[in-house]
Amino acid sequence: MSGANVLFDAPGPKTRVRHRIYTAIFLLLVVGALFWIYRKLDEAGQFEPLIFERLFSDGVWRELRKAIVGTLKAAGISIVTSLAFGFFVAAGRLSDRAWVRVPCVAIVEFFRAVPLLLLIILFFFLIQQQADLERETNALLALVAGLTLYNGAVLAEVFRAGINAVPRGQSEAAYAIGMRKSQVMTLILTPQAVRFMLPAIISQCVVILKDTSLGFAATYTPELVSSGRRIAQFVDSYLMTFLLVATIFIAINSVLSFLAYWLERRLATRGRGAQRAVAEVEGVLEAG
Amino acid sequence: MRFQKVMAAAAATLLGLTLAACGDDDEGGTDLSDVEEASDLTGYPKELADAGEIKIGVKIDQPGIGFQEPGADAPAGFDIEMGRIVATRLGIDEENIEWIETVSDNREPFLQNQTVDIVIASYSITDERLAIVGQAGPYYTTGQQLLVREDDKETITGPDDLADLKVCSVEGSTSLARVEEEYGAAPVPFATYSECVEQLENETVDAVTTDGAILLGYAAENPDELEVVGEPFSEENYGIGYPKDAEGMCEFLNETIEGSFEDGTWDEAFEATLGESGVETPEHPTVNPCP
Amino acid sequence: MDVFVDNWDAIRESCLRTLEMVIAAGAIALVLGAILAAMRVSPITLARAIGTLYVYTVRNTPLLVIMIIAAFGIPDLDVRPTLSFGDAELLQFNVFFIFATAALGCYTAAFVCEAVRSGINSIPLGQAEAARSIGMTFTQTLRFIILPQAFRAVIPPIASALIAMAKNSSVAVGVGVTEATFQLRKLTNDNPGSLWELFIGFALFYMAIVAVIAGVSAFLERKLRVAK
Repeated sequence: MSGANVLFDAPGPKTRVRHRIYTAIFLLLVVGALFWIYRKLDEAGQFEPLIFERLFSDGVWRELRKAIVGTLKAAGISIVTSLAFGFFVAAGRLSDRAWVRVPCVAIVEFFRAVPLLLLIILFFFLIQQQADLERETNALLALVAGLTLYNGAVLAEVFRAGINAVPRGQSEAAYAIGMRKSQVMTLILTPQAVRFMLPAIISQCVVILKDTSLGFAATYTPELVSSGRRIAQFVDSYLMTFLLVATIFIAINSVLSFLAYWLERRLATRGRGAQRAVAEVEGVLEAG
Repeated sequence: MRFQKVMAAAAATLLGLTLAACGDDDEGGTDLSDVEEASDLTGYPKELADAGEIKIGVKIDQPGIGFQEPGADAPAGFDIEMGRIVATRLGIDEENIEWIETVSDNREPFLQNQTVDIVIASYSITDERLAIVGQAGPYYTTGQQLLVREDDKETITGPDDLADLKVCSVEGSTSLARVEEEYGAAPVPFATYSECVEQLENETVDAVTTDGAILLGYAAENPDELEVVGEPFSEENYGIGYPKDAEGMCEFLNETIEGSFEDGTWDEAFEATLGESGVETPEHPTVNPCP
Repeated sequence: MDVFVDNWDAIRESCLRTLEMVIAAGAIALVLGAILAAMRVSPITLARAIGTLYVYTVRNTPLLVIMIIAAFGIPDLDVRPTLSFGDAELLQFNVFFIFATAALGCYTAAFVCEAVRSGINSIPLGQAEAARSIGMTFTQTLRFIILPQAFRAVIPPIASALIAMAKNSSVAVGVGVTEATFQLRKLTNDNPGSLWELFIGFALFYMAIVAVIAGVSAFLERKLRVAK
């Protein structure tokens, strides 16, 4: 369906009035709620100028910059390792040999069914018991390990869906001219599949970025949420601090999503067939 | 009109900045001019003194004990003051003290692989730890206590009043387990003590529990609204950690601690930090003999 | 294995808490998600705008941040809800449970909304056009033609959102809820030797929940299957 305008006629005069009334009621409700929230927060002292002085002070911004760098670092490393892990598991998943395929299926299903936080906790304790690097490296390692296994499994499914979304005729033609399976994969399917997979991959990158917030379970502190806790204590307002943190996340993720949109445009996945393929691949992603 | 607005804004900003700066102000801490540099050092302490610099492991998230504000250069608190006293006795200047953040789990590893030279980080002396590292002191005795809102200080006077009340502490801490198992409280775990205190102020929990020293730090920040109540219902002896078998450290540190009792610097340090909560300066603890 | 036997009561209670959370948040997510979806396709521009803004904000913010904002911000509004349905421990819901569950439900609602919307969009254009050509209004079109068909298409993505939600319930440990993951961390701290058993035990618990949701979803899909 090309949008909501199919669901209803162009509004006639009576409907337009009705819509205006609905809009007015809605507006009243929204404004009323916002006003109530504002008043309550004011009573609770959330709008003290001192809070905002501290929130926007140099020290806090220095801390936030470190946190953003820490978040991006953890996310960046995890993205690369997840892609690699996902690639190999997907290759195994698509293999003709059962002894390769079945374990890979098991891996994917297992890591997708277990909460990410559990994985991070597991790795935190494991690494603590074995390795004795600096604390922050241990923490980063645990976080990255958890993120990699979890998102790698999701990406494996994305890769698989992408390959499967390439029209069957392509691989049939390739086999018909005598190509081996590995050649079909690398020369024919993968290049075409990449177009379909990119939006889903970028979506998953957004998820990885958001999930760095679980670093607290691995005592990885240079990320936004842990820093937020420290800053909130100093500023004396958890609400305002974390609204700021949320804004920062939204900003970073908006940039990422814009990248996805731009890539989609560049790779000319605009035709109906391509759109459907992209949607199929995205369907594999987890919602949230 | 516009000029007035600009001036008002400037004044507000200046005021705000000053007030913000006031948060960590303690006149530079204890006056150390009475602390004498030790003259007859041997062994490990001599090595540190000769090196002219020292790495001290501290907490940076416990107000009053070891807390570093976002963007500040160095942490502040009672543990930091003790650290400064030790360094002064070693003849090490304050600029040559490196404060290193230690969380509870890595105090031993840091001493073992010499990431730090000593640890002063609300470090309770226990037999398990004495098997791995050395601990001199105690320089402060505390125990698990309760932090409540000012309004509740008559109704919640000790752990026996906690049945079915919501009590907050750091996830995984022994304090949380103890109030749940021994006193029937409803545990509320959060990631940091500050969050617990925030929830206490928000009236969503009834008490915060952990070592009294840590609670005093929070009460010091907000003496009109928060109060530490009850006698300690466990015992924690804070000691100074050093690498096991570091020759001469135990004697040196014990001497330093006892010296600070005598020359008043210990009292000063307490009053400047935890004493801000309004609690009386406690008695000097008795230092353990060296092994 | 002893560690499970010794602490069975605590483990059982925390797992039941997780289940309570999943069910409550699931209900909130489904209802709120449906409302949001209706808002997003409605003719009232303001409703569309609010719906879109809500979904966009939630999708780009980590759940933990939303939970923290709820746990620390809502008390500022002087709202501290608790619920109690009886004397049993498990029927008492404290503030943090409610905050976390509400946050989880509202978070997942955004994804349910997107799932419903994609389901509506998957219905061929012709259906809506035919409905309008015989004079049905927006509400009638939605109720009698679009939604029944969309229902079938919508089940897999909604199931996916609910599975993600069940796993995300573990994040509530960050805001003071004593659910399954809290218990896991506590037991692992106290019994570091049993790390693997504990992890696998709790992993199986979550996997069971996921399996149930997936099973119900598959069942519904099969029952509603129609030759296309």
